[in-house]
Amino acid sequence: MDRAIEHTKYLIAGSSHAALEAINAIRMHDAEGPITVVTRDSYLPYSPTVLPYVVSGKSAPARIFLRDDDFFARNKVSYRPESGLKALHADRNSVELADGSSVVYEKLLLATGASPAIPPIPGIDTVSYHVLRTLDDALKLRGAIAESKQAVVLGAGLVGMHAAENLVKAGASVTIVEMSDQLTSGYFDKVAADMIEQAFRDAGAKIMTGSRVVRLEPSAAGAKLTLENGTTLEADLLLVATGVKPNMGYLNGSGVEHAQGILVDDRMQTTAANVWAAGDCAQARGFFTGTKVMNAILPDATIQGRVAGMAMAGDPGLKDYAGGVPLNTYHFFGRHAISVGSSTVPEGGEMVTRFDEKTGRYLKAIFAPDGCLTGIFGVNEFFDGGVMAQLILRRIDLTPLRERFVANPLAVGREIMSQTWR
Amino acid sequence: MGRAYSTIAFDPAKCDGCGDCMTACAQAKTGTDDIARSRIQIYGRDGAADKTFELALCRQCADPKCVTVCPAGALDKDGTSGVIGWDASKCVDCLLCTVGCAYAGIALDEGTGHVAKCDTCDGNPACVPACPKGALKHITTANIYNEVGDWEDLFAPGLAGCQGCNTELLMRHTLRRVGPDTVLATPPGCVPGMGSVGFNGTTGTKVPVFHPLLTNTAAMLAGIKRQYKRVGRDVQALAIAGDGGASDVGFQSLSGAAERGEQMLFMVVDNEGYMNTGMQRSSCTPYGAWTSTTPVGEATRGKTQDAKNLPLIMVNHRCAYVATASTAYMEDLYDKLDKAIAASKTGFAYLHVYSPCTTGWRFPSNLNMEVARKAVETNFVMLWEYTPQAGLHFTKPVDDPLPVTDYLKAMGRFRHLSPEQVEHIQKKVVENQKFVERMTEHAHVG
Repeated sequence: MDRAIEHTKYLIAGSSHAALEAINAIRMHDAEGPITVVTRDSYLPYSPTVLPYVVSGKSAPARIFLRDDDFFARNKVSYRPESGLKALHADRNSVELADGSSVVYEKLLLATGASPAIPPIPGIDTVSYHVLRTLDDALKLRGAIAESKQAVVLGAGLVGMHAAENLVKAGASVTIVEMSDQLTSGYFDKVAADMIEQAFRDAGAKIMTGSRVVRLEPSAAGAKLTLENGTTLEADLLLVATGVKPNMGYLNGSGVEHAQGILVDDRMQTTAANVWAAGDCAQARGFFTGTKVMNAILPDATIQGRVAGMAMAGDPGLKDYAGGVPLNTYHFFGRHAISVGSSTVPEGGEMVTRFDEKTGRYLKAIFAPDGCLTGIFGVNEFFDGGVMAQLILRRIDLTPLRERFVANPLAVGREIMSQTWR
Repeated sequence: MGRAYSTIAFDPAKCDGCGDCMTACAQAKTGTDDIARSRIQIYGRDGAADKTFELALCRQCADPKCVTVCPAGALDKDGTSGVIGWDASKCVDCLLCTVGCAYAGIALDEGTGHVAKCDTCDGNPACVPACPKGALKHITTANIYNEVGDWEDLFAPGLAGCQGCNTELLMRHTLRRVGPDTVLATPPGCVPGMGSVGFNGTTGTKVPVFHPLLTNTAAMLAGIKRQYKRVGRDVQALAIAGDGGASDVGFQSLSGAAERGEQMLFMVVDNEGYMNTGMQRSSCTPYGAWTSTTPVGEATRGKTQDAKNLPLIMVNHRCAYVATASTAYMEDLYDKLDKAIAASKTGFAYLHVYSPCTTGWRFPSNLNMEVARKAVETNFVMLWEYTPQAGLHFTKPVDDPLPVTDYLKAMGRFRHLSPEQVEHIQKKVVENQKFVERMTEHAHVG
């Protein structure tokens, strides 16, 4: 083999949560095996989740990094920024990188994350717009927000909502355009979404749910949007936040099977030998469905990264992935919303809700027919999301405690935790 | 080497739910009496016949999930103190850490709108001294392990001990503490059996070790020590013997060396029988215990005599130092080891360490420390020390002992006991306690 080609034992493509957890897991079992991290980013590792706070100014860009050079030196990791994956040749254990070099690996982890999904709106190529997935995106958006007078946010997921709040607070007039008939769908139910919507309206934002943009064109202000019902909007700042799609363009011809994401088994191994995948680019078993789903959230990325790292290092302590459980938290205008588990009521199951108009506390809990919790959602009602996730994963029958649990999930959840996994 | 850390331990059996710990924490951390804002939370379980209390408190995990799910790098485990610290200037209030933690160790403080977690008050937790029941303890034994971990391990890396035996711990700690200028005597028993005398012509220790007869350990070691002294070398003479080798057949030479004030440290690892050779009874085996020579059947129900109290007999030799110790109380053990070593420079030092035997006592291999702790908490075993100058005093007095059944039921060798036998043992515990107490009183008056 060509001497100039770099060889490594563990090659990790990507540098965020899944990749960092995999490094930890590998080093727990194999203190010496060479690890190389290649990433498209030009910075030290950071989390996409922190970027809305970079935009708002809450996080100083220089202080968001999750590891420093010393970490990589201590852990004998070669960290190579600006060298994203270009092509994978799984049949000969090698990859081509964006900088033109190649690396031969013994084991490869694909933790390449996701990129903004750009909707195929006619004219979208003719206007300039922002997205928010990388630190560079965040710095650009932060500068633009300061200048903006009338902004439009396309998409009411958590990224769009965070940015909209920042824009409102910066004094811009903001319109949120969302295709589905509620905000934050997929994260929170209609009741919670209405509370979030009210908070935004109170702050002066315009909300247009159930609205589809059919045309985009340049205008004096910046961009002109035409909606399905004929309404037009002018924007000096347009943020496209309509979701993400996994980065897997490098898979072409590699033989690694993929659908919405890279398909992996319960040890995060792909269909190719010596290749694993984890995090936002992976499509792994869902806890509730049993089928393979996308669960592109931070906590699951760390779990998958750990499973993959242990599997790659051959750690005998490895346990199969339990399946992804949706977990989300959302802070808006000083309030908070937490969602854990599935929002679908299983057949024969039961949904319990309570709402206190005075305090604005809202709680919804969903139970399976066997009494196990399958989902719990709260607005302004704090409970321990991590304890709730364990109640779901451990399939603990809450029937004898249900009434008390719904009344006070914080205290009763902690009691069960203390008794069950002390 | 990884480091060991101090920790806050909670014993739910002792908690009465008073909430004083929460008040102390709220005062220390928020300047209020609002226990909802305390970082330690006690929960009472309703509806149960016997009321129990549950705890939510940061575990300061070795592999903390809160840190791994924090997108802002605001949480970090301090490599020196082991505490997971929260950096307010980096936190973005996203609450993801509360989703990552399975123990409710980090939670929203509604008073500030930020998360809050236990930081052990910089190593001096306010909750612990506030607990009137002793249900919270700040365990600082880690300091010993961090210090000792830097010393040379003088015992072979591999050994042939039974799973869960605490003798390995005792050997490694003791040899590390006495250091390389040591001659070790180990008569037949578990200590040579698990590898200290070595295999195939090599020793199991990095210091000279010899294997005397059961009968002559103290005599041989005394001769060696005297020879070294004659040639002008300062060598630590150390014997590690079993209870059988010390209290039965080896007693004559032990007593003689103690009476002559030979300069040595004689450590007895008391597992209450000849466990190495098939679990025969010794004079240290307690009443009622099953051994292979005090079987349980139609005619016999375990040992019919009470144990001999060897350390008290050693006190009556007026040795330079006599103490009892337990591996469940390592700080106490270390303190005594230091004193015994110092005393052995001028006279005879005797250290009696209790060693629960997973194999012979019949309990699961993960419960050695728990059995050792229960022995002390029930006063079945008392921890004390003696010097001719200061007399005898308790180092871990147990004023409110648990019933001895808590100890007896922790292992299989007492499973057959009749209520009468249990009563006999409980009476003996009280009698022994009174006996030793009288000796401590005697020390005070005279």
